[in-house]
Amino acid sequence: MGVLLARGRARRSGNGWWVGRVPGPASRYMDLNWRRVFRMGGVMKRIGTIYLRLASAALALGFSLPSLAAVERWKLNMTPGVTEVSRQVYDIHMTILWICIVIGVLVFGAMAVAIFRFRKSRGAVAATWSHNDKAEVVLTIVPVLILVAMAWPATQVLIHMADTRNAEMTIEVTGYQWKWGYRYVDSDVSFISSLARNSDDTRQLGSGLSPDQVKSYLLDVDRPLVIPADTKVRFVITSGDVIHSWWVPALGWKQDAIPGIINDQWTLVKEPGIYRGQCAELCGKDHGFMPIVVEVKPKTEFAQWLAAQQNPDAAAAAAAIATTAEPVAAAAAPGQG
Amino acid sequence: MAHDASAHRDEHGHDHKPHGFVNRWLYATNHKDIGTMYLVMALVMFFVGGLMAMVIRGELMYPGLQLVEPEFFNQMTTMHALVMIFGAVMPAFVGLANWMVPMMIGAPDMALPRMNNWSFWIMPFAFTVLLLPLALKVFFGIGAGGPAGGWTLYPPLSLQGGDSVAFTIFAVHMMGISSIMGAINIIATILNMRAPGMDLLKMPVFVWAWLITAFLLIAVMPVLAGAVTMLLTDKFFGTTFFSASGGGDPVMFQHIFWFFGHPEVYIMILPAFGVVSEIIPTFARKPLFGYKAMVYAIASIAFLSFIVWAHHMFTVGIPLGGELFFMYATMLIAVPTGIKVFNWVFTMWRGSMTFETPMLFALGFVIMFTIGGFSGLMLAIVPADFQYHDTYFVVAHFHYVLVTGAVFSIMAATYYWLPKWSGRMYNETLGKWHFWLSTVFVNLLFFPQHFLGLAGMPRRIPDYNVAFADWNLVSSIGGFGFGLSQLIFAYIVWDCVRNQSLAKAADRVWEGARGLEWTLPSPAPYHSFATPPVIEDRMLAHADVAH
Ligand code: HEM
Ligand SMILES: [Cu+2]
Ligand SMILES: [Cu+2]
Repeated sequence: MGVLLARGRARRSGNGWWVGRVPGPASRYMDLNWRRVFRMGGVMKRIGTIYLRLASAALALGFSLPSLAAVERWKLNMTPGVTEVSRQVYDIHMTILWICIVIGVLVFGAMAVAIFRFRKSRGAVAATWSHNDKAEVVLTIVPVLILVAMAWPATQVLIHMADTRNAEMTIEVTGYQWKWGYRYVDSDVSFISSLARNSDDTRQLGSGLSPDQVKSYLLDVDRPLVIPADTKVRFVITSGDVIHSWWVPALGWKQDAIPGIINDQWTLVKEPGIYRGQCAELCGKDHGFMPIVVEVKPKTEFAQWLAAQQNPDAAAAAAAIATTAEPVAAAAAPGQG
Repeated sequence: MAHDASAHRDEHGHDHKPHGFVNRWLYATNHKDIGTMYLVMALVMFFVGGLMAMVIRGELMYPGLQLVEPEFFNQMTTMHALVMIFGAVMPAFVGLANWMVPMMIGAPDMALPRMNNWSFWIMPFAFTVLLLPLALKVFFGIGAGGPAGGWTLYPPLSLQGGDSVAFTIFAVHMMGISSIMGAINIIATILNMRAPGMDLLKMPVFVWAWLITAFLLIAVMPVLAGAVTMLLTDKFFGTTFFSASGGGDPVMFQHIFWFFGHPEVYIMILPAFGVVSEIIPTFARKPLFGYKAMVYAIASIAFLSFIVWAHHMFTVGIPLGGELFFMYATMLIAVPTGIKVFNWVFTMWRGSMTFETPMLFALGFVIMFTIGGFSGLMLAIVPADFQYHDTYFVVAHFHYVLVTGAVFSIMAATYYWLPKWSGRMYNETLGKWHFWLSTVFVNLLFFPQHFLGLAGMPRRIPDYNVAFADWNLVSSIGGFGFGLSQLIFAYIVWDCVRNQSLAKAADRVWEGARGLEWTLPSPAPYHSFATPPVIEDRMLAHADVAH
């Protein structure tokens, strides 16, 4: 599917499927001429086109091929993330999910049995009872006990998450329409992080470019936030205009960025890596286009990076000498899903 | 109505319907006519909102933008929600109440028929005002289009909208007035106009559910009106209720909005509980299990719905104690909700079931509403909600409770009572097709949205990373299928009302049906119960007062 999508989007010219060769359902799909579609004008016409394409799309589903890009597709579940907190959140999620599944199997199972056994066509005769006080009491108390069992670990985790004390560094995060501002409060480093150029070009209506060809489409930025590994980092989060929400799933939480209000949260990532997220609160037309990238560096590398930011001239000199690439977005982004 | 008892028997011969369109419909005071108008309007709005959903699913079918600009996409999500909530689901339930409450309690009409007229006729104007900015933009290219800040109208974003803000707020005010008047009417009818012998604890659960819902409406619609009025003055008259720069607080809006908003979601589901509690006993041919428990469960859900609002705001930065309180209170709602589900299953147990279309929709409701209840319970767990919030997981949750919950129950109710309304049996084969197609497609549409949300896809975005492509495609295919399947519904209703050759419905349309409405002829005469009926317990579904 990924390949099919990629080709279909990337192709800028060629005949529409309605006039060209029609070798098979898969290539019909690929040959769709988007330019043509846009020129048809009117939203209504475009919807009509979507309906037309439905049949071929359904067929194309059958021809799914693994995507070339290393993207995890058909993903079903929450990420366990990369912090202690995110793993606790994941565990709670799985616990309540399983409790719900078990209750669901019992209730729906009982329904299935009833639907199968007590049908008139099998000669079932209706009983006349209409209440059973014991059953009502049991079915009130048992759920309460289950709820307590769920609330207990949830409370523990919540208390843990709310403790922002003893942070080793503080970063101020400010949401803007439609980018993020980061400020390292203890040093005077601050910068703006916005959607990476190639994603931005591709996402324009009728760009003719394929999202499959863009690494980390819509999840990449020009300048990622850099934080040290193995350090308790406190975030103070606010906004310069409307409400946004700062969310990196691998860290296990999101927190609203609200003008006039400062919220705080914290994280402690053990392993260096690159973690991606998005704004989660509707903030206007480009709400879908203000991603978040957090790059976690080993402590010493982070210290070097921060020093370089504080003194850009020295950094430039250092970069000229060093043969290793400057580890910011440009170098870090490729290779990531 | 000066009929004597014998005239009441054969009054469908001479109904005294007002003549002429204006007299009959514009000046309508008859509860059945007004009910019909509400239901027709709801169906129209269902398709209007549905078209918007098709645009949304069309855009989300593939990664990349293909159909619409992001700004227009946001207008679609905003208007889709407003139209479906205020235009389709709520009016449909009010329509059902208008038709059925008087007939179920043995009253000749609603208590306040002229106010009833007024509550209905405000609605078409409200929706004209609501839809106007969007319609002007789409059809004539005038203006900037409709509101785009989400149905929740959170400031400061919603205040960035243009003049459409004023239109939306004015429309919300009108809808609120209409709802409050409708609610007053329902309460007055139920409390004052029950036939002798229709004790409160013998009333059909549908009537109970609506009585409680009406109190919720009266309690919270003014709160919404207050919230949007403050938005209005913030936008146009320089106040700063919700602006931090002037000493206000954007979070305060959310508190006020959700103090309305959470009871509002129960306003949309309690009548559904009522409908399902009527239908399942009928087709199981067995009395509702635990009638009293069912009524108390509805009442306690209504009470709890006032103290859980901040579960929509777990990520705004509420203090720990607040988070814990709202988490526990929200989890508590699962208890009475669970009682309802268990009791429906117990009602089926040892029954003698048949599976006509209303029953199919009711069973679909029980299963799929419960799935929505499970995700609701998961969303109540604050640490987990830090991940779920504002993702497609929430979208999946509320569509399970609203589409396969509220909307399915409205369809079940329509099939259940349509023969009583029209006097003819609808096309059962098509009805079953409608059910099965709807059920298959609606699950294709919404179940994968759980996966998308868990995988990290935020809600209200027009475009996404390719990792989300596959489930979005599945969801869109489900969406188009579900949308198309609803045309069958429109056809069935139209056919049942118009097609003279369909079989005539019996008075007691369904073998197991109990309740006063089934003692009336089919179609129900224009004026029913002009003289109060003599109620015998065997007529009623819930005459077993002790329980
Ligand atoms: C078992 C009962 C229920 C529980 C515990 C529950 C819980 C929740 C929670 C915690 C949220 C907030 C999720 C978030 O934004 O992070 C939510 C959202 C929502 N729920 Fe429920 N819910 C329940 C039943 C219902 C019912 C019956 C309806 C409507 C018929 C409903 C409609 C909604 C809607 C519309 C939203 C989303 C509002 C929005 O943000 O646009 N829920 N629910
Ligand atoms: Cu945003
Ligand atoms: Cu709620």
